[in-house]
Amino acid sequence: MNIIDLFSMTMIAAGVFFFFTGTLGMVRFPDIFSRLHALTKADNLGLGLIAIGLLPQMESWVGAAQLLLIWVIAIKAGAVSSYLIANYALTTASEPDHNAPDHSAPNHKERTAAERLNHGP
Amino acid sequence: MTAYLTVIIVLLLLTLLCGLWPIVRGPTAADRMLAAQLFGTLGVAILMLLATLKQQAAVYNAALVLALLAPLVLIAFVKLAEREK
Repeated sequence: MNIIDLFSMTMIAAGVFFFFTGTLGMVRFPDIFSRLHALTKADNLGLGLIAIGLLPQMESWVGAAQLLLIWVIAIKAGAVSSYLIANYALTTASEPDHNAPDHSAPNHKERTAAERLNHGP
Repeated sequence: MTAYLTVIIVLLLLTLLCGLWPIVRGPTAADRMLAAQLFGTLGVAILMLLATLKQQAAVYNAALVLALLAPLVLIAFVKLAEREK
């Protein structure tokens, strides 16, 4: 294993790490804006690091240029679609639910109080 | 290097599988479209790794076409939602 392969493996592993954390953020984050924030990390950094890691493995300059072209197109597409989705969520959808747990807590308390009244002594 | 790339591709496919969950759950349609965008980017990465693994230069063109077509889905979704409003 030479140093070029080691460089490629490190970069590709970092790209996979960014993809994984981006997906994890999209699964775990509460509202759409923070999900968008997590997704753009996966889009730009993950794909970019994988493209950089694959660059030394290419045999021709045309292939390397094509890899960089794919990365640039993905960055531009990610910027445009992120703006469109955020604008859509801001104008059409409801407010981002910052206090979703606060809604559930009093309901839960009321329900237990009603149950206590119904099933009380 | 071949075995390493295979493991990486399998890991990315598992990540893609985890990305299916927001499509099932996602409260609004925009959340589901975010998952679609993630699928586009992950598909491009998997195709690039496959092309290097199999030494097939044509697969790079498939990755390029996927990177070009993936944002069109989101643009069509937003335009359709604006028309319905």
